[in-house]
Amino acid sequence: MGAAFGGPKHRLTVKSSEFLHMANYRCLFLINASGDIFLEKHWKSVVSRSVCDYFFEAQERASEAENVPPVIPTPHHYLLSVYRHKIFFVAVIQTEVPPLFVIEFLHRVVDTFQDYFGVCSEVMIKDNVVVVYEVLEEMLDNGFPLATESNILKELIKPPTILRTVVNTITGSTNVGDQLPTGQLSVVPWRRTGVKYTNNEAYFDVIEEIDAIIDKSGSTITAEIQGVIDACVKLTGMPDLTLSFMNPRLLDDVSFHPCVRFKRWESERILSFIPPDGNFRLLSYHVSAQNLVAIPVYVKHNISFRDGSSLGRFEITVGPKQTMGKTIEGVMVASQMPKGVLNMSLTPSQGTHIFDPVTKLLSWDVGKINPQKLPSLKGTMSLQAGASKPDENPTINLQFKIQQLAISGLKVNRLDMYGEKYKPFKGIKYMTKAGKFQVRT
Amino acid sequence: MAAGQAYSEEKGGSSSLGEPEYGHDPASGGIFSSDYKRHDDLKEMLDSNKDSLKLEAMKRIVAMIARGKNASDLFPAVVKNVACKNIEVKKLVYVYLVRYAEEQQDLALLSISTFQRGLKDPNQLIRASALRVLSSIRVPIIVPIMMLAIKEAASDMSPYVRKTAAHAIPKLYSLDSDQKDQLIEVIEKLLADKTTLVAGSVVMAFEEVCPERIDLIHKNYRKLCNLLIDVEEWGQVVIINMLTRYARTQFLSPNQNESLLEDSAEKAFYGSDEEDTKDAKAEATSLVKRKPYVMDPDHRLLLRNTKPLLQSRNAAVVMAVAQLYFHLAPKAEVGVIAKALVRLLRSHSEVQYVVLQNVATMSIKRRGMFEPYLKSFYIRSTDPTQIKILKLEVLTNLANETNISTILREFQTYIRSMDKDFVAATIQAIGRCATNIGKVRDTCLNGLVQLLSNRDELVVAESVVVIKKLLQMQPAQHSEIIKHMAKLTDNIQVPMARASILWLIGEYCEHVPKIAPDVLRKMAKSFTNEEDIVKLQVINLAAKLYLTNSKQSKLLTQYVLNLAKYDQNYDIRDRARFIRQLIVPTEKSGALNKYAKKLFLAQKPAPILESSFKDRDHFQLGSLSHLLNAKAVGYQELPDWPDEAPDPSVRNVEVPEWTKCTSREKRKEKVEKPFYSDSEGESGPTESADSEPESVSEESESSSSEGSSSSGSEEEEEGSGDQSEDKEEEEKRKKKKEKEAPRKASLESAGHMVLPMGLCSCSCPHVVVTMGLCLWGCSRVAVPLRCPHGTVACQGSANCFSSPPLCPAVTPPPPQPVPSSNIVSTSLVTDLEGLTLTDTSLAPALLSPAFGSVRTYELLHRMTGEGLSVEYCFSRRPFPHDPHMVAVQIQISNNTDAEVKSLRISEPKPLSGMRIQEFPEIESLAPGDTASVVMGIDFCDSTQAANFQLCTHTRHFYVSIQPPVGELMAPVFMSENEFKKEQGKLTGMSEITEKLTLLEKCRSDHAIVQQVTSAANVGRVPCGADNEYRFAAKTVTSGSLVLITLEKREGAAAQLTVNSEKMVIGTMLVKDIVQALVQ
Repeated sequence: MGAAFGGPKHRLTVKSSEFLHMANYRCLFLINASGDIFLEKHWKSVVSRSVCDYFFEAQERASEAENVPPVIPTPHHYLLSVYRHKIFFVAVIQTEVPPLFVIEFLHRVVDTFQDYFGVCSEVMIKDNVVVVYEVLEEMLDNGFPLATESNILKELIKPPTILRTVVNTITGSTNVGDQLPTGQLSVVPWRRTGVKYTNNEAYFDVIEEIDAIIDKSGSTITAEIQGVIDACVKLTGMPDLTLSFMNPRLLDDVSFHPCVRFKRWESERILSFIPPDGNFRLLSYHVSAQNLVAIPVYVKHNISFRDGSSLGRFEITVGPKQTMGKTIEGVMVASQMPKGVLNMSLTPSQGTHIFDPVTKLLSWDVGKINPQKLPSLKGTMSLQAGASKPDENPTINLQFKIQQLAISGLKVNRLDMYGEKYKPFKGIKYMTKAGKFQVRT
Repeated sequence: MAAGQAYSEEKGGSSSLGEPEYGHDPASGGIFSSDYKRHDDLKEMLDSNKDSLKLEAMKRIVAMIARGKNASDLFPAVVKNVACKNIEVKKLVYVYLVRYAEEQQDLALLSISTFQRGLKDPNQLIRASALRVLSSIRVPIIVPIMMLAIKEAASDMSPYVRKTAAHAIPKLYSLDSDQKDQLIEVIEKLLADKTTLVAGSVVMAFEEVCPERIDLIHKNYRKLCNLLIDVEEWGQVVIINMLTRYARTQFLSPNQNESLLEDSAEKAFYGSDEEDTKDAKAEATSLVKRKPYVMDPDHRLLLRNTKPLLQSRNAAVVMAVAQLYFHLAPKAEVGVIAKALVRLLRSHSEVQYVVLQNVATMSIKRRGMFEPYLKSFYIRSTDPTQIKILKLEVLTNLANETNISTILREFQTYIRSMDKDFVAATIQAIGRCATNIGKVRDTCLNGLVQLLSNRDELVVAESVVVIKKLLQMQPAQHSEIIKHMAKLTDNIQVPMARASILWLIGEYCEHVPKIAPDVLRKMAKSFTNEEDIVKLQVINLAAKLYLTNSKQSKLLTQYVLNLAKYDQNYDIRDRARFIRQLIVPTEKSGALNKYAKKLFLAQKPAPILESSFKDRDHFQLGSLSHLLNAKAVGYQELPDWPDEAPDPSVRNVEVPEWTKCTSREKRKEKVEKPFYSDSEGESGPTESADSEPESVSEESESSSSEGSSSSGSEEEEEGSGDQSEDKEEEEKRKKKKEKEAPRKASLESAGHMVLPMGLCSCSCPHVVVTMGLCLWGCSRVAVPLRCPHGTVACQGSANCFSSPPLCPAVTPPPPQPVPSSNIVSTSLVTDLEGLTLTDTSLAPALLSPAFGSVRTYELLHRMTGEGLSVEYCFSRRPFPHDPHMVAVQIQISNNTDAEVKSLRISEPKPLSGMRIQEFPEIESLAPGDTASVVMGIDFCDSTQAANFQLCTHTRHFYVSIQPPVGELMAPVFMSENEFKKEQGKLTGMSEITEKLTLLEKCRSDHAIVQQVTSAANVGRVPCGADNEYRFAAKTVTSGSLVLITLEKREGAAAQLTVNSEKMVIGTMLVKDIVQALVQ
């Protein structure tokens, strides 16, 4: 299609189709952060885009995009929206429907776009509007979800690539799969048929995130571990995999990709599944609260404002703690400073830091932590003259990564493949990351 | 629409600068490009012969639609391409058609014939797609065509087309609601469909078209429960919501017994709704007389089958199950949903928002459920404000005497937040904690008073409002605080706070007699500049002071009232006039004057600070209406539990002809039973066993006492008492008839042995026994037929006919090993040991192997083995040392002229998961001698080869054993009913079907059975129908069931169905069996 969508003043309105009683999607609108509808899709009869005015009203009222209520009632419709990648996806609903039904679906739509185009941005959507339309058409029938598995969708409508675009232009062939969508009829609806690879490989990433709130004195207020196993499986044919853990008892609460056989897990604590082709999230889990969470970093901080003085002191040091001998990498410190702070003059012992005087956001990209020489950031803050000292000391948000470690101690025992004769290459990677990790000061 | 169009036109115009327009021909230049021209260009492209041009044009048109521009004038040009060969063009034309057909009805009719043709296409996907588009075209004139198409598609062979038909139903209904009756017929038909693909879609249609026809669900209830786990996720949500409503109309409240014992707090909850109170009371009184509550097994079935879905990755499914449990489960069981809901809090903020709203409602009624997860609701500074406030709500609901100190400590942190809305909400929350928990009231009050000196005015104002409410509870002790607050009037500007302070001083002016008149003086001064609510409170204060302390305040009051008399706001003028009449004694003011003090200074009840989520649960949780706290359009009220349960037998599924008559009366009795006796156990089936055979998909719950062991623990205790007696009688009757039949029956499977474990004790492995063909679910009866050794039959089975407690009760006589051919001798003893184990768990018993012709394979050829030749076969007996291994019989012949010493296996190199149990070393093998040994291999249910080395004292040979898929299983004993039940569980993706044409020689019963059993190590399952053959086995390693059905059709045609959780095994097995039958 070549031509780009309108300029910044265009509204992206994707009206999703009418869901049925359960989800009467009348339409879907995509709206960018500046309040322009840039795509719309209607399912039953057309709803005027003026319905979005109610949405814009709410958007204005909410100071920030994330505070726009996900559900907005209007006289004749209900607007349900999700906000991702700086785009609002607004579904217009006419009748009672479980709100999560719509919200979850909208997120699935965003995931699909991301999967198709690599990034889900206004520009990308505008550039690929026909594919977007075709995909939406397959995802919803009369407002009821039809095919939401990315594997099936990709069989129906091939994702655009530069090569294919060129080839299509020359040969006049299309993005629409010329085979019929057998996946929908398949007994394994999440897997394409006739998958072939020359190198057969299956990689699993065990990624754990620590969510924690640490109080002023450094003691843990709450800490929990949430983990996921993301897989990238490129195996020929119809492999049947089993994955077992050394210590499955650690997993307190799990949710599975639909391919996992639930009964087998219940009885044997083994994950048995025919994998989808490509990337997918096999499992997400929560580590039982009984296990104490090892907190791998500590933050020493000294942030002080004084009444009357226009200078404040600021000092942070980050250090490792309980890391099982692994290095902590990718450390980022971010902190929202109080409004009274005009500027900061700081010296980091390593890494770079930025203070944005408009948003008052301080961020410090620390990098690796060397236990011999702990990274620190010291200096002064200049405060508004005459203003009283802020009520609250800023909270410090921390990000970090530890490779080759699952902090809960979860270990994959083995991965076996049945049903196919070749020997696949298998790989397992562990990683620990900070989730929502906050230090109160 | 018109407005929208105008808008977009205008937009289009303004945006044309610097960016290309869709449908804009660059050559034509900006100035001349009118809409008309541009579309001309597109029309040309659409009329061309080249698909690529058409495609380009369609893409531009779709892009126009996407931007909300009007492309309707292209309709004639587009509709011509509806039959285009290019799939993408076709799809885009469909998009266009569905969008504009309603506006251009006449022209849209041109396309109809294309779709009608599509409906007849042999390819199911084309049929489905034609129906989909046809039903999406909103043109009333084609309603009859749509109706016809839907009806036809509803009986299509392909489940996918039937699914599309279900989707089409609501579309037609929204187009023409007069079709309702006919559509209900189609829905009824589709509801009976047994495939998971259709289930979700048809229930969705049901909800849309006729949610009130709950009677249509009865017969399908159990099936829906059982299919649920395999339905796609969106369908699950729809079904669960519908079943929640259904259960509320059909079952009794599981908590009715407890409602008597409920503590006062809970009572208060019930009391909230007036009607509810009455109901509760009536219920309570009637309860005394009522018999103990027994949960309907169907109710239990629903709870059990939905529980695993809490593990779904789809938040909507988890929420649906959570609301089902909240509304339907006994109190003690609701707790399970908390963990899953807390998990959802990790999801996107919109999901959190919805989940927290529901958690807030639930946590009021069932606080204990979320208490363990208190910390999961702690607030992070990065949460969006709306999430923070909801979390705060939950924390407040969860506060109790034990955790309040922790919660208050958290609140202290929150109060210092930069997000002022959130701080205000926190102060409110502290107020609520203080009212609810007396112990901390003073602490909270002190904390709030400290906040009065906060720099932020909003914080102070909010604190004032909350303090005011708290003080009302015990004003006498807090005159200090009131004084403190009086001082604040100089500084605080927030009207609500000022009003609150004035009200407090007025109300408790007797506690602060000196300060109050002074406050009034100040307020009188600033009266004209105050906000309305403040003015009203000034008048109030003046009136109260006039009544208590008229000496000091008489003039001030007059002054204030005079000011108010000329206020702009009529409310204030009215109030002033009213109060003046009331308090200032004049000649005219009558009797009321005397009571003025009583009127103004009456004791006022303290306000109750309660959650805004209280009572929201009269809306179905998880619904839009609940979220908005207002009835949304199309909301289906969640009905109250009935007082008396409706007849549960309506859910029983059709009884097959041949048992109907015999069990009629008995069944009646049984149905009533659970309601009168509690001896039946919670889930005693209300449905007698005879109804099963028809309902393939009916699983665990409906099963009789034979129920599979996998179907949940609650069921296992279920009595066999009454029921098995009933059955026994039936069975005896049956058996009499059958006595004549066994010979004939036996012939069908002649040459094959089906030996139920724990029953027949005959030690001779060659005895041929067939099932007693008892069509009852519990037929563990064996009929001995012939034994090649001449020893006839075993006692156990001979007795079968006469001994009444037939089924599991028969204990086999001790085994007596009989020497037999040397192939089996090694493992015979263990086999027999296995046989004596009575299967207590009532699980389908493993059978000793079917005795087919044994095929031998070569392991080591004489040439490569330098004179040593080794063959192996799958002896099909359980491996003695490890039941998870396949026994491989190995025959080693020494064809050399020297002795071969120390024959053994070494260095087994099994693939991942495989295990090999070596045979004991053979010390020596004389020339010309042959030895036979057994080794065990656990193939992990895969057909990959097991590699190992065979060693002699001189050489090593690399060998490998690759099992045919049929050898990876062991036969299993099952009744027809069990088979059907298990098969019902293994539908959907676990089912593989293949059509085949039988060879001439493979058409007899005997041949078929022989071919199948030689291809795979399976046991025959009795079958009522002549043209069907059933076999069952379990895989050796994991014990997964493999069920085989071969249905003979007319002529040589046949259909083979394999149901197995192991899809791979299933697929390969189908291939092998087909090969065996076709070659």
